[in-house]
Amino acid sequence: MPELGSIVEKVRSKNAGPFWLTVDIFCGSPEAYARVVNGLSTDRVARLFKVEEATLKRFDIADLNVVKFSLPRPAIQGTAHDRDMHGAGWAPLLAEIEIN
Amino acid sequence: MTRILIPSGALGLGYDADALARGVAAKPDLIAIDGGSTDSGPSYLGRGVSKYSRAGTKAEWKGLIAARVEAGCPLVIGTAGTCGADSTVEWLYEITVEVLAELGLSAKIAVLKSEQPKERVTDALTEGRVTPLPHAPEISADLIGSTTHIVALAGAEQIAEALRTGADIVIAGRTTDTAIIAALPLMRGDHAGAAWHAAKIGECGALCATNPQSGVIQIDIDAEGFTVTPLADGAHCSPHTVSAHMLYENSDPFMLYEPGGHLDVTAAKYTALDDTSVRVTGSVWVPSDRYTVKLEGARVAGYQTLLLATVRDRRYVENIRAWVDDIARRHAQRVANRMGLGPEEYSCELRIIGVEATLGTLETRREAPAEAGVMGIITAATQQRANEIGKLLNPFLLHHPLTREEEQPTFAFPFSPAEIDRGAIYEFCLNHVIELDNPMDAFSLEVRDA
Repeated sequence: MPELGSIVEKVRSKNAGPFWLTVDIFCGSPEAYARVVNGLSTDRVARLFKVEEATLKRFDIADLNVVKFSLPRPAIQGTAHDRDMHGAGWAPLLAEIEIN
Repeated sequence: MTRILIPSGALGLGYDADALARGVAAKPDLIAIDGGSTDSGPSYLGRGVSKYSRAGTKAEWKGLIAARVEAGCPLVIGTAGTCGADSTVEWLYEITVEVLAELGLSAKIAVLKSEQPKERVTDALTEGRVTPLPHAPEISADLIGSTTHIVALAGAEQIAEALRTGADIVIAGRTTDTAIIAALPLMRGDHAGAAWHAAKIGECGALCATNPQSGVIQIDIDAEGFTVTPLADGAHCSPHTVSAHMLYENSDPFMLYEPGGHLDVTAAKYTALDDTSVRVTGSVWVPSDRYTVKLEGARVAGYQTLLLATVRDRRYVENIRAWVDDIARRHAQRVANRMGLGPEEYSCELRIIGVEATLGTLETRREAPAEAGVMGIITAATQQRANEIGKLLNPFLLHHPLTREEEQPTFAFPFSPAEIDRGAIYEFCLNHVIELDNPMDAFSLEVRDA
């Protein structure tokens, strides 16, 4: 099965303020968008990120061919155990998940 | 109609001078630029200092002050000096005075300050006027007392108050990223939803366009909507680039909460006017019952010492996790024996660069790297203590063997001394709003002639 990153245009992650992270999947086409919407369950993303599914906010935005996930930061930005000040690492983690 | 020229996403990031000149020639009503963000972490607010270099800030600010004179319109900066504390507002004011002298100019400057005395926040907490936002940390009067800086995010109302003084230049402390752009069109009676939506699209400069590094964006807000136009050569906006910008650094791409209400762009329509400009209509501003502004606060969360070693020996790289775990165990014992400190009195994290330093236990890739770095991060109540704990870690990172039988190995240290004292580390400790009877209650405004 291909990796998500190989079938979409771009996966991007960033802080949304110090207490939230947001991950945007730019699918690039209606076909890729349909594959992501159907093939990537919120439950799988929650397990990948090791967070409770209920804490993930999901937006399927057909107009933009975008699927977006937002979550409270597991470590608040800049605290001693935060590894990633700007939230950059979540995108490659998600991009490497396999998808039908 | 109100025309706002936005040179870039932040002062310090640079802007395209030709595009700026084009924007000035188009006679803007206001030049607006953001000076900061929380995005680089809590240390800047914790210390009340700027992230960007003084020299870089001064050079760019000088260009904008000259552009303001040529355009004959006010120049507004929000969140001056990265964090918008009083100290960084004064830092930028001092730079402004220098620049004006060098250019042989004078100017009327409105200084809007956003820093909060602790008593104001503790009093408001006692009165029930401080409300947590989603995923906010617990707070108390003691915690507020332990902060080094607290700022409130000014909205359009406070920026409007500053503009009403007739100032040539407004230097504002912490504001929302959008307020500096939305204030003038709101004052002039343009469409409120359009003003806020335009501000959100424009606040990162040309990030809403192709060629995002070019910076310069022009936004026209009118009675029904707004038009966004990137001004650099080769920069184009499309309905896709503009609408997609609502995703950026925003946990909800359809809602944006601001002092006094929220923006809802669910029904917004994006139309290409040509291959460069996009027209947006249908954005809705929903006023709130209460007037609140967001608070940000930072406090010292300990002192850190770092160590870094790199491991190139194949057998050690292949067994790096076991090696690091063994070091962590032995180092903790040594700290207990030599310093009498238990694990609850400090933290020592050993992050393996090349293996899991970015993602920790979330990492899913398992390829063996050519080398691995081990970064020891020690956090303790004082710098001296963190440094001592670091000195006890040093011999392990230099010589610890995987097995008892082998000859003593040596690993690469890039620095001497190996212990790098980072000083105080800070943490964001507020994610709350404070209710105000009058928008200016938590802010101060002063006009200075320079």
